[in-house]
Amino acid sequence: MTEEEIKKTVFQLLQRIAPETDPSRLMPEENIREALNIDSFDALQFIVAISEKLNVEIPEEDYGKTISLKSLLAYLDKKVNG
Amino acid sequence: MSDLIKITYREAIKQAILESMQKDDRVFLMGEDVGNYGGAFAVSKGLLKEFGPDRIMDVPLSESGFTGAGIGAALAGMRPIVEVMTVNFSLLAMDQIFNNAATLLHMSGGQLNVPIVIRMGCGIGRQLAAQHSHSWEPFFAHVPGLIVLSAGTHEDARGMLLSALQSPDPVIIFEYTAMLNLEKEIPSDSGAVEITKAKVHREGKDISLITYGAGVYKCMEAAVSLAAEGIDAEVIDLRVLRPMDEETFLASVRKTHRALVVEEAWKSVSISSEVVSRIMEKAFFDLDAPVERLCGVEVPIPYPKHLEDASVPQVMDIVDKVKKMLRP
Amino acid sequence: MIKFQMPNLGADMEAGTLVEWRKQPGEFLNRGDIIADVETQKGLIEIEVFDEGTLETLLVKEGEKVPVGTVLALINDGKGEAKVSEIPSGEIQKPEVHPIEDRIEKPELQSTERIKISPLARKIAEANRVDISLLKGTGPEGSIVKEDVEKAISEGKKPIQQTEKEIGERKETSEKPSGPAYDAIRMAVAAAMSKSNREIPHYYLEKRMDMSKAMDWMKEANKERPVQKRLLPVALLIKAVAKALDEVPDLNATWENGLQRKNEINIGFVVSLRSGGIVVPAILQADSKTVDEIMETINDIIPRARAFKLRSSELSQSTFTITSIGEGGADKVFGLIYPPQVGIVGFGEISEQPFAEDGMLGIRPVVDVTLAADHRATDGLIGSRFLAALNKHLQNPEQL
Repeated sequence: MTEEEIKKTVFQLLQRIAPETDPSRLMPEENIREALNIDSFDALQFIVAISEKLNVEIPEEDYGKTISLKSLLAYLDKKVNG
Repeated sequence: MSDLIKITYREAIKQAILESMQKDDRVFLMGEDVGNYGGAFAVSKGLLKEFGPDRIMDVPLSESGFTGAGIGAALAGMRPIVEVMTVNFSLLAMDQIFNNAATLLHMSGGQLNVPIVIRMGCGIGRQLAAQHSHSWEPFFAHVPGLIVLSAGTHEDARGMLLSALQSPDPVIIFEYTAMLNLEKEIPSDSGAVEITKAKVHREGKDISLITYGAGVYKCMEAAVSLAAEGIDAEVIDLRVLRPMDEETFLASVRKTHRALVVEEAWKSVSISSEVVSRIMEKAFFDLDAPVERLCGVEVPIPYPKHLEDASVPQVMDIVDKVKKMLRP
Repeated sequence: MIKFQMPNLGADMEAGTLVEWRKQPGEFLNRGDIIADVETQKGLIEIEVFDEGTLETLLVKEGEKVPVGTVLALINDGKGEAKVSEIPSGEIQKPEVHPIEDRIEKPELQSTERIKISPLARKIAEANRVDISLLKGTGPEGSIVKEDVEKAISEGKKPIQQTEKEIGERKETSEKPSGPAYDAIRMAVAAAMSKSNREIPHYYLEKRMDMSKAMDWMKEANKERPVQKRLLPVALLIKAVAKALDEVPDLNATWENGLQRKNEINIGFVVSLRSGGIVVPAILQADSKTVDEIMETINDIIPRARAFKLRSSELSQSTFTITSIGEGGADKVFGLIYPPQVGIVGFGEISEQPFAEDGMLGIRPVVDVTLAADHRATDGLIGSRFLAALNKHLQNPEQL
């Protein structure tokens, strides 16, 4: 799976949680939850959805690596493509 | 259009009697002190000289007796005008009016008409107290077989009698003693007026003021004050209290969606009760607010001027009430 | 025979539209069955039945909007006498009369008040399908008059009542979450909160609580779980509140002609809607659920709340409310009580702060907890007992 495909999946899932926003306009270093107004429940739903979609395991101690778009994409790329 | 002449309410009634007696030999006036004294309220002053004692007839102090005599004369083909000095005394003639005048056509199987006109002075405002004031129009308006008119304007004072004398059935005309000296302009050729319809004296779109008798000029004055404050009131003079012309006021309520009924009679079981009922029955879904009433306070009419004034709705009461209804 | 009535699903509800009958005459009803869908300001609600018997007659047609308390259907329970269906903690039930308290305090039962509207205004509203329950009257006695309806129409807001046809159309596309208009929710929140602020004398207490033990416990617990089963701190907080309420039952109550303690602890949980407005579904019997069960309930209830697909019991039966809106960044949240309840707890954001204990200063995750309570129902002593109990439970997460 290419980095671009992962990005597309992330955007799709974020869009589903926050339909009135445009995730593609997120800055790479921005805190995703703050920028898109996502509460803890939706954040967990997002993690669940991305784990299922990309078939990866995201332990709780790694949540810190999913905060910004840049770190999230790097983290997922590493998880998916090794 | 004809010229306007200034005339008092008293003079308007007098001219009406004069004209009807000149036009029709069968017409004659009977009542207490109508001849030599010229009428308790000086309405028939000078008529005795012109028409003689056969047609301007002083009668004994017996309302039941002379009203009955008038009914008999009507049955015999005459056109009597019976003057009852004030509405208070009319109670003594109630038996004749209700049990004879109002019922004979029905009880004779349509054979006997009673073409009598009974005029009576009524209303409040001359410090005549409970002996000689009162607004008892509702009593008479209750009775089928009568036509009940209320002369709330000078034109009606001038014209109603002429039309009433054309009626084959008994007509009661209420005249308002407080207005006798009041001067107004009417067309110089004023004469008979139609006596089946209410009249819209002033058109407006915000509220319907429905009234009769002494309430008419008060409502007109209130409407002028209200107009200065941007409230456009329609004024309706019922004129005919029986049979009531509901179409006119229902049409008005359908236009303005609000109504205030103003009368001097006591509130309970009154003309306003009837008007409000008919609005509820026939225009409920056009109402934007509850219909309200301003009526006489339910006491015998007091003698002191300030209490007498307080016992019936005044212009300021009407203005205040309308403002409250429109700007709660 | 049981008369099944339009339930009251909140202090501000006056009427509901019966959208669909889920049971038909002749069918046997068990306690808890969903008998109908009702559209309210808060969305499409599944109405449960709390009696057993055979559904005898449907008295209200689909698409009809009727006031709270209207008999919707007759249920044959084998007994001849007609009685009103018992709805647990439903507000339409008349509270017991306490003569002395009656003289002191007579709170209005606003929910059963008739809307005052002139006949003409009603006619115009019906012709234009304006929902009069959302209008504010400017006429005599606060009645809605022609001008108010015309204003609503001209402002283009006209909160439209759905016709049967529109409801039919919506059913076909029921996949899309369809909710009441934003305006309707706004008005519902406005009505409830205005009533609260107008009638309830609130007192406020606040306490900072050490969350390190709770967070450590949760981290450990989550390690062993697949992502789908992981816990959120809020599940712990809800459970801790439920246990604290068990110890301080005067806060698990309503104020209706005096304090009415409730048997069940049903925690209303404030869910914010992204489009604006809030919905407060109840987590039923939270005290007897495990933390995992509470988390499962949250996972089930939040998406349904956001899609306006709650059940009647979830909307009407909460006995206490929690808001954790602080997790969005506010340190402290001061709530307004949802009438006729008598308390609301607000959780701020859990954040690391310097925290002194036993003469030592450390950095710990802490949360600032506030309690807003009804001073008619309880005094500060009860409130502080509650906060102390809540803190005690959060320091012993393994026992939750």
